[in-house]
Amino acid sequence: MGAFAYVAPSNLEEALAVLKEHASAGTRAQLLAGGTDLLVQLRSADKTPRTIVDIKKIAETNRIDIGSEEVYIGSAIPSAVLNENTELAALFPGLLEAADLIGSTQIQGRATVGGNLCNASPAGDSIPAMIAAGGVCVIVGAKGTRELPVEDFLTGVGKNALEPGELLLGLKFKRPGPRTADAYLRFIPRTEMDIAVAGCGVSVTLDQNGTCTAARVAIGAVAPTALLVPAAAEALLGSKLDDDALTAAGAACTAASSPISDKRGTVEYRRKVVAVLCRRAAAIARDRAKG
Amino acid sequence: MNKVQVSTSINGEEVEFLCEPQQTLLEVLRETLDKTGTKEGCSTGDCGACSVLLDDRLVCSCLVLGVEAQGSEISTIEGMAGSEGLHPIQQKFLEHAALQCGICTPGLIVATKALLDKNPNPDEETIRYWLAGNLCRCTGYDKIVRAVQDAAKELAHPA
Repeated sequence: MGAFAYVAPSNLEEALAVLKEHASAGTRAQLLAGGTDLLVQLRSADKTPRTIVDIKKIAETNRIDIGSEEVYIGSAIPSAVLNENTELAALFPGLLEAADLIGSTQIQGRATVGGNLCNASPAGDSIPAMIAAGGVCVIVGAKGTRELPVEDFLTGVGKNALEPGELLLGLKFKRPGPRTADAYLRFIPRTEMDIAVAGCGVSVTLDQNGTCTAARVAIGAVAPTALLVPAAAEALLGSKLDDDALTAAGAACTAASSPISDKRGTVEYRRKVVAVLCRRAAAIARDRAKG
Repeated sequence: MNKVQVSTSINGEEVEFLCEPQQTLLEVLRETLDKTGTKEGCSTGDCGACSVLLDDRLVCSCLVLGVEAQGSEISTIEGMAGSEGLHPIQQKFLEHAALQCGICTPGLIVATKALLDKNPNPDEETIRYWLAGNLCRCTGYDKIVRAVQDAAKELAHPA
């Protein structure tokens, strides 16, 4: 790895001061959470001088708060810690299954969903799941705190909305009400340890008769960024999530996708598979919501 | 670049070392501390040869900076065998011939210990998924899985 400086601020004020200093001087500061993407990039990609700012010692990035209205997941919480949280697993099974799909046991010991989001790979598995679950980024900088829906945080392949001097503190979700559940599915050619060819996250709310009263559908690996697909949610709303509604939602996902062909799959294949994943994920979310 | 002083506990012993910010924990273990039991495979977090426990969490030491280990407890393969000999997991890997070239073995044994500490009686599917991040290019995994199953039995009911 090329040489760099390293700082691990022990609180948010210190971290913001370091980031502000670099932002004003125009020098490069790069945020470090779990490091499972960053260390690989530092080893291979450009070796321009920079300061690595480790955010793991900041209390607010290390907190999980499960309140009666809101759920907050700090940006430095590793997937393994998320996946051991039974309360979260009951509230957001889809988000946790997405986090559990990323990398090996070893990777999950370090990797964070906040980092997965900031890394902004088109195929990051936790991202469509967070969008479906209605995730909102809590961003802090010199000017204070701002909030941005996850789907608006992604600005391109490997690009996010953080300005110099800002950091992602955590992710906020509305606590799911009764008969609300999420699900995430991805397709890979093997059973484990691979990058999504396509992925789809779905969250639905049902009324007592099983009619869908709220829905969010998000797709991954089929566009430069993960996308919220409002047309797919529209297709589910007001239905009993029967086959016709699921098929229409799947078709909306295909229509919203703009994939590339690469060694993992062709454009045609990805457009087809994302519809299948949408149908299946919506059916899983529906069955979970029925309880 | 100035070296940073890092205080850790490794296999139960207080260890301080100096490292540069860009040195990984794997490099520190092998090159600074002469703990060469932990192996370097891919150095991109794909193969698991460098597996260690960091505060009881299984990680790839190639994806941890030495400086990030400040204040942590680290367990490596060197801490597995006790004064009375090999750890039962090591013994079972030998008995089942669950290794050939041996490069992946320290990582697999550390990963197996992490699994059995958390789940003393895992089924085969659980074992295979847990160890999916430890690549072995020699054995085909079958003997490894059998060694893990036998080690689980041994640890539950020592002979």
